[in-house]
This record gives sequence, structure tokens and C-alpha cells, in this order.
Amino acid sequence: MPVFNQSRSRIIRLIFVITFGIILVQLFYLQVISKKYKRLADENAIQRSIVYPLRGIIFDRKHKPVLNNTLTYDLMVIPSQIKNLDTSFFCSLMDVDTAEFRKRIINGIIRNKSFRPSVFEASLTPQKFARMQENMWRFGSGFFIQERPIRYYTYNAASNILGYLAEVDSNYLKRHKDEGYQSGDYAGMTGLESSYEKVLMGERGVKFMIKDNFNRIQGSYENGAFDTAAVAGSNLHLSIDIELQKEGEKLMQNKVGAIVAIDPQTGGILAMVSAPTYDPNLLTGAERRKHFSQLYTDPRLPLLNRTVSTSYPPGSTFKTLQALLALHEGVITPQTTFSCSGAFYGCGKPMRCLDPGTFNLTTGITLSCNTYFANVMQRVINNPIFPDMDSSLRSWDRYMYGFGLGHKLGVDIPSERSGNIPTPATYDRIHGKGHWNFCSFRSVSIGQGEVLTTPLQIANEMAYLANKGWYITPHLVDSIDGGDKFGLLKKYKQKINPIDIPDNFFEAVHDGMQGVVDVGTGRGAQVSGVKVCGKTGTAENYYHGVKQKDHSFFAAFAPRDNPKIAIMVMCENAGFGGTWAAPISGLMIEKYLNDTIAANRKPLEERMMNANLIPSYMAREIKVKDSLRKVRKDSLEMMKRIIKDTLQTEDVPEEEPSVTPDIKKQTGSSNDPSTQKSSRRTDAILPDTNKVNTGKKKN
Amino acid sequence: MTQRNPEISKGIDWSLVWIYLALVVIGLLAIFAATYKEGDPVIQSFLQYKTDYSKQFYVFIISAVLAFFILLTDSKFFTVTANLWYLVGIIVLLLVFPLHSRIKGTESIIRLGGFQFQPAEFCKICVALALAKYLSRPETDFSKPRSQFIAASIVLFPAVLTIFQSETGLALVYFSFFLVMFREGLPSVILIIGFAIAVLVVATIVIEPNTLAILLTAIALATIYFLRRMIKRNRGILFTIITLWFVCVGIQRFAVPFAFKHVLQKYQVERIYSLFGKDNPYRKSGEIIDDAETKQKISGSSYNVRQSKIAIGSGQLWGKGLLKGTQTRYDFVPEQRTDFIFCTVGEGFGFAGSVVLLGIYLLLLFRIITVAERQRSVFSRCYAYGVAAVFFFHIVINIAMTVGLAPVIGITLPFISYGGTSLVTFTVLLFILIRLDADRQMVLR
Repeated sequence: MPVFNQSRSRIIRLIFVITFGIILVQLFYLQVISKKYKRLADENAIQRSIVYPLRGIIFDRKHKPVLNNTLTYDLMVIPSQIKNLDTSFFCSLMDVDTAEFRKRIINGIIRNKSFRPSVFEASLTPQKFARMQENMWRFGSGFFIQERPIRYYTYNAASNILGYLAEVDSNYLKRHKDEGYQSGDYAGMTGLESSYEKVLMGERGVKFMIKDNFNRIQGSYENGAFDTAAVAGSNLHLSIDIELQKEGEKLMQNKVGAIVAIDPQTGGILAMVSAPTYDPNLLTGAERRKHFSQLYTDPRLPLLNRTVSTSYPPGSTFKTLQALLALHEGVITPQTTFSCSGAFYGCGKPMRCLDPGTFNLTTGITLSCNTYFANVMQRVINNPIFPDMDSSLRSWDRYMYGFGLGHKLGVDIPSERSGNIPTPATYDRIHGKGHWNFCSFRSVSIGQGEVLTTPLQIANEMAYLANKGWYITPHLVDSIDGGDKFGLLKKYKQKINPIDIPDNFFEAVHDGMQGVVDVGTGRGAQVSGVKVCGKTGTAENYYHGVKQKDHSFFAAFAPRDNPKIAIMVMCENAGFGGTWAAPISGLMIEKYLNDTIAANRKPLEERMMNANLIPSYMAREIKVKDSLRKVRKDSLEMMKRIIKDTLQTEDVPEEEPSVTPDIKKQTGSSNDPSTQKSSRRTDAILPDTNKVNTGKKKN
Repeated sequence: MTQRNPEISKGIDWSLVWIYLALVVIGLLAIFAATYKEGDPVIQSFLQYKTDYSKQFYVFIISAVLAFFILLTDSKFFTVTANLWYLVGIIVLLLVFPLHSRIKGTESIIRLGGFQFQPAEFCKICVALALAKYLSRPETDFSKPRSQFIAASIVLFPAVLTIFQSETGLALVYFSFFLVMFREGLPSVILIIGFAIAVLVVATIVIEPNTLAILLTAIALATIYFLRRMIKRNRGILFTIITLWFVCVGIQRFAVPFAFKHVLQKYQVERIYSLFGKDNPYRKSGEIIDDAETKQKISGSSYNVRQSKIAIGSGQLWGKGLLKGTQTRYDFVPEQRTDFIFCTVGEGFGFAGSVVLLGIYLLLLFRIITVAERQRSVFSRCYAYGVAAVFFFHIVINIAMTVGLAPVIGITLPFISYGGTSLVTFTVLLFILIRLDADRQMVLR
């Protein structure tokens, strides 16, 4: 028995134990102490993917779906699985050449690797879809068609209200950091799609999938024990009457302007037309990008929502409020008369008037006498109960704010403008403190000069008058299926009654407004069997310093005794308010109240629809658009403008309008392009310029 | 099988057989877990020799038959033919050079019909036998350097041949036979020197060269200071210390860089450095490795180790359960059925499972040592230590490499890794030992 060196067997055993010990320590560290390997393994093998719910459907007041979901089909490719492809046949089906084919495949490989699917062509046209569907079997497993839900605008209407979806950009992601968006997602960019995004998008689901070392999906993780289901978006019910909306869009075709109709009792918007409009379905399908840039570069700015995003001088429609204010202030009574010899001479240069004569309140409104209202304004401003003009003007401002002007109303679509109501500060800025008097804003009395309103504000003003002293913030959404979880509709249930004005003052104004339609300047708005109260307006305007044809306004409500509709129609550069805006209003009122247009009115409707009132400068620009250089320049400028107008979904939060808003706010608002445009047009009639009184003030 | 024949079963160490069977079963399960795909018809593919686990099972049947024949053999047969086997082993190893498979990366493999055969694996048995034979010769006096040199040559010759077949890992296995020599009286000094050199090489890699040189000098000076009294009496000690210092600095400064630059492959150097978390200083700055194969080997190995650590680490204390491991099921760990099979155990059965497996292996090793120490014949004892040393090296290096403690050198985990040659070799290795042990009473020498 070899005994020597036997002790070494113990050393060898010791070596074994020590080395095994070292390995055990490492195993203990890896498996028990360190937790990161579990996480790394999960990251390796578990893919968290988001399940997108269907967006909510939008219904009109008669429960017709106006914005629905439909399917579109994408042609997908897995480059590594393309085998024996008859490329030329494939290309002929898809209308691409082989170079383009190669390019798309290579792009797909770069983006998603060759063994994962990538989009070969998104949103196939119906023709291509049919052709591909038929021949799919020829192309093997390398190609397949994948369906994807998109939005479908059932009536091809109300594009400015409904808005559209677009892929979120980095800016959007920054603004909505904690709302779970990721790049590649779609979100509402304008209109209701944007303002009710939270409601419409629903709740996203999460799905955990197992993937292998090439990131190929192998199946669901733990049989979906950790998955959460997606919850479809809630449906919206609008106050919009889609038939009325369509009628409005037809009446406004080949015109530039806006219609806003409100149900005064509820504040619900019945129709909101911005002309020219566009087919909203253009912005959902395969050629979205192309259509979008076409719309961008159109000189008529179809993407601009003129109902809320542009402000105009309100013209004579403003006189109704002046009358009401003066009555309440006690500076006039309905019986007060002023004579007009053809112009108002109070401030040196005459301000012209339509018909000379002597007017009381009713006839003043009915015949839209400028002199009458200049005198009224003079009395309001020089009211002896106020120590100075500053305070009287401030009091006047308080009324205007109460009437819903000069501040955003808070309608539930984005990009609303606040308009402008001049304050003492405005004139201090223009003329210097103490260097202005009533004459400085004489033109304001007839709705020109520094005062700017959006069509929505004027429609709301009509609702206010119709209700005799209150309004509900105009809004589009009546109710949300499943309840108003985000409190978005709360403010649309409250009556706003800022100033207590006795009913008889309203009656006096209504008398005048009824006169306008019955015997006055707005006879075109007559509807048989309905007492319509209205007021025409005609606003001067300038484009690049050149005087353009007047804007045509008409604001009305009907029926007088039980108001069901308050409406504002505006046609840019169409001329006299009674010629175009009034008949369109009448037709809209008839359509809404009677559900149809009477046969004897059809010719009128026809005439209104067919009239081409595109402003001459726009028509010119459309022609010039053919010149490539000009197109580029214009589109750049316009794109900038429109991007700001239509894509800016969040408005910069503005302080609540106070009784005396400061200058800052006005300088702030003059920064935004649309106001700039409008103020550029009205610049010419600012009191400090010599043009002030030369323009004739009609109605 | 063997139990039915009382003649053969007499004297057999059943505990080794049971451990062997347990490991083979664990191995089959692990291969099953690593390669099973959802929806595979298990029974059908098992019978039809289509999947890796069924292939491994049939290899096991072959191994079992071989083991049975070994048990039938007279134990003298191995003693007598040991040198012949060595000759055969060397010839087969040499045959690789003209006959090896032309496929890249498999230069050490000979194809025979449908079968693949890796001589470098098989040759381990031959070396174990030949070394035992040499050490057990009555005329061998292992305390003489000449015998030590011959023993070392027996071991290192096939190692050199294996290196030429680009199987560095398998070549390193032969170094484990120094454990046998240690047991048989190789002076500890040699092992200590070997260990010291290993420490020095690691230090060279880890510590910045100048710092290390200063450190070595400081150690030498400190030693001289502490031994100054002895040095006064004996000048030879001073000479020894200075020589040692000189050799150490020489190794650190010249030998290691030379080996890294000229002896080892680029990817091997990279792997060694990446193991210590260092950049390879021998790669010239800005040098781009454009050789795709080298690149693949470098990034591949670090990817393997990373994924293997994730797999094992994610098993945590109790593991995810058989077939529940996401890392192994979805192919994140390359070579997970062969060299990285331990991941399957680590991920599926966690720390608990790993401890059990390591426990079984330690039991195997201890049992072999126990068996070795009870042998009366030096041949059997040396052979047993050879078996223990080979197993030990394979187990430790393989597992250490999957948990990131050793560089990735492709060697298998005995009885568990997928691979025919490996399973057959280890089975034969073990059962020769069992045969020898069964006859321990007969052999009187």
C-alpha cells in the first residue's frame, strides 16, 4: 500500500472544495443577491406592446354619426421571406417601378430588419387593395395585408369642427409628457378631435408578448395574465345639426366667410361653417400628406377656422349692443331722436349715413343710421355721471365684456381668438394719455375701428339678445357617452348673466331688429311665418393697404317670441350685408326651423349657392399660384401662419378678461397672425390716420 | 443491465454508477429543456432520432453498451495495453491533420460516414492510462527530475498537438494531469512555482506594467531586509532572491507580452482581457479588427457570457421551472445545449438547482478520490486521480465560464453537455475506473 504522499489527497480534496466554493459564491451573487439579471432577462424576452382602442364616434343632435371609424389596409412586407417573387408583375399591380420597389424594401430593412414586417405601402387605395387581395397568394409569406382603423367623416362635412388626427411630433410628446403617447401614435390635432382627445382616445390596453433572440414574437406572456384590455373611446353627442351644417357649407361654397348658428336656450352650436371648407376625408387616407400641403398652400386658407380663429370688425351688428347699453345707462330712451342730415359732423370730418332723416331707436336700428349711433356713443362716453372719459369708457368695456366680447368665450374647439374691445389703455397707447376724446373712437360706435369680434362672438351676442340678458357659453358637445369624466362640459351648463338689464330694454332693441328684417336693411332674411330679428353689417376692410370690397355681415335670431336659433353669417368682401349675408341667414333659419327650404325659395337658395364671391385678391393669388416661385414663397409664409392657426392645439393660457385689460394683452394678441391680418385691414381707419372719416359708414 | 450478472457486478462501486446515471438523466432533461420547441411531438421525435435530446439518448445507449463491455473486460487488459492506447491516441490525433473536416471551426474533427469524431476528446483516456502506466512502473522513481520530465512530456505532447488543431480549451485539459503527478510526489515547489507564475500573469494583466515592476522590486527589497540576518550567514539567499526578482520582471515585461503578441490568437487575448474587464493593450490604439471571424469570436464570446449570466441570474433562488426559462427557451444563449448547458439548469432550477448539481459533481469527485485511495495498485490509483483531475477541470472551467469567472474556452460539462464524443469519452473514462476498482483485491502490486 503506497502510504507516502497520502496526505496530498486531502490537499486535493481541499482544492476541489475551495474551487467549488468560489463558484458557489458567484452563483449566490448572480442568483440570490443581484436582482438585475431577472430584469435583464425580462427585458430580453418580454415585449410590452400597446393595444389601441377604437376612437369614440361623434354623433350629431339627431344621432347621426358624423365621424366614425373605418378600416384601411396597409401592404406589409417581411423582406427576408420574399421568395420567387415576380417583381415586374408585383410592381405593375402596385404602380411602382422596380427602383422604387427596391428602395422601399431597403428602407424597410433599415427600419425594421429584414425578418420583421414593415410597411410597404400604407392605406392602399380601394383599387390597389382589390388588385392585391386577388393576387396575394402569388406573393407568398413575404407580403401580407394588414388592416388598421382610421377615421371616416360620414358626411364629408364639418371639417373645421371635427378636426383631424395626425402623427404626434416631438413637440406634442413634450407637451403631453405623462399621457402615454409615443412617437408613431396618432392624436387629434384640431377641432373636437383635439379638444376631446382624452375622451375620444379611450384607454389603451397593454399586451405582454414573449419574443426570441431575433425579437420575433413567440406568443403571449403567461397567457395574458398581466395584459390589460383596451377600452374604446367614448362617443360624443353634438348639438350640431349635420343637415344644417351641410346646407350652410353648400350656401357658402365659392365664398370666403363663416356661419355660426347657436341654439340660444342651450348655447349648443347648431352649425359652424368656415368657408371655404374641404373634404375632411382627404386628411385620413393614403395621400394625406399631399392633400395637406395642397390645403396649406391654398390662398383661401381653407385650414383656417374662420368661425373662431379670425376676428373682424363687427360692423353695424354692433349697434344692437350699443343701443342696449345706452338704454341701460339711461342716456337715451326708446323715444330719444337724433336727426341726420346725411352725415355725422360732430368731429370735424363727416361720417356718412345712408338716409338722412330723424330717427328714434327703432328706426335707427332698422335703417342702421350711423349718425344716430355716433350720437348715442357720444352720450355714453360723455355721460355726466362719470368723472372722466377713462371711467366712462371703462364702464362701456365692462358692458362689452359682459356681452361676451373681447375675450375668448371658451368654445370647445381650439384656436379661439379673443377679438378686441378697446380700453382706455388702447387709446393711451395710440394717442398718448389725455390726448384722445370721443372722436378718437367714434367709428367704434358703428362697429369699426379698434373693435374686433369673431363670428362666434356675434352669434353668441344674438343668443344673448334673444335670451334677454343671458347666454350659455357656446359649445359643440352636448353629452358624452358614459358621463363627463373629465369635467369638460361643466361650464356649458351654466347660464352667464353678467349684467342685469330689464326686459323692456331688450324689447326695444328687438323692435328695431324686427324692423330690420321686416322693413329695413335686412329684408333678404325674411322667412314666411317666422318673426326674425336681425341686423345687417357692412365692414370696410383693406388688404395690403388697398381698400377691398366690404365684408357682408348679418346677425339674427328667430323666432322673436321663442328664440330657437341665433345666427351670424359673414361673407368676406361680398359687399353690402343685406345682399348676401341676410338671405343666407334667412335660408339657414328656414332650414333649421322648418327642416326644409320651401319650394318658392329654392331659386333664392340656388342663387346663393352658385354665387362666386371669392375675394378678388384671393382669386388673383390662386391664378398666380401657377408660378412656381410664388407658390414656394406663399406656401412658406402661409404654412407658418396656418401652422400657428390650426396646429396649435393649446392656446397660450391668457388671464381671465378683467374689466380693464391692460395693453399687454392687446400687444400680445396683435402678435398672432390672424389678428394682424385683420388689424392690417382696419389700420387704415384708425382715428389717428387721416382716412378715418373719409370712408362712408353704411348701415 | 449490469445487475443481472452477478459475476460482473461483483466488486463494482455502485455509488459511482448511480451518480453517473443521475448526471446523464439531468443532462438529457437539460438538453430537452434547451432545445424543446412549443408543439414538438416529444415521443415521436424522441423515437425518430430527430431532436438533440433523442440523439443524446441514443448516444447514451451506445455509451451504456460500451460501459457494459468495459465491465466485461479483464482489468489487466488496461494495464497491459496502456502504452498501446497512447500510441493509438497520438496516431489518431496526427491523423486529424490530413483528414480533418474542412468546415471552419471544426478542424479537430474527423468525419466517419455520418459520424463525427473528435480525437482530442478521446485522447484524454489514452493519456490517463499511459501516465498511470508510466508512474506505476517499478523502475520509475518519481522523485527524479528525469522521471518528472518524462511524465510531463507524456501529458504535454498531445496537448501541443491539440493546440495545433485550434482547440486551446481541450489542450488545457491535459494540464489537469499535473494533479496526478502532485499526488504521486511531484514536489510542491513546482506547483507553487506554477501557481506563482499564474498569479504573476494575472497581475501582469490587471496591474499597469511599471507599477507592477516597482511592486516586484519593493517585494524583493523587503524580503532582503527581513532576511538580512540569514543573508549575512548565507550569501546564496541573496543571489536566489535577485534571480527570482529578475525572472519575475522578465516574465512580466517580456514573456507575457511575447506570448500575447505571438503565441495566442487575437481573440483569445481579447477574451482573457475582457474577463478581467480590461481593454486589450496589445491591440494598437485605433487598430480596427477587420477580420470578421476574429470579430465574431470576440463579440460572440462576450455576448454569450452576458446572456449566460442573465439566464443563470434570472433563475434566482428557486428557478423558473423546467421549460419556463425565457432566456434558454427563446435562444438568447448561443451554444446552450453544449458548452452553456449549465444555463438551463441555473435558469430553470435557480440557485437551489445549481447547488444540487454542484453537490452531485463534488460527490462524484470525492467518491473517485476515495476509490483512488483504496487502490492497492499504483496504476489504478494514478488512473483514478487522472479521471478525477479531468472531471474536475471540465466541471470547474465550464461552470466558471458560464458564470463569468473563466474565459470562454469551449469545453463541455461532463455527462450533461450535448455531444456524442464527450459523453462516450467520459463514460469510458469512468467505467474503466469502475472496472479497475472492482478488481482492486486481485491486483497485488
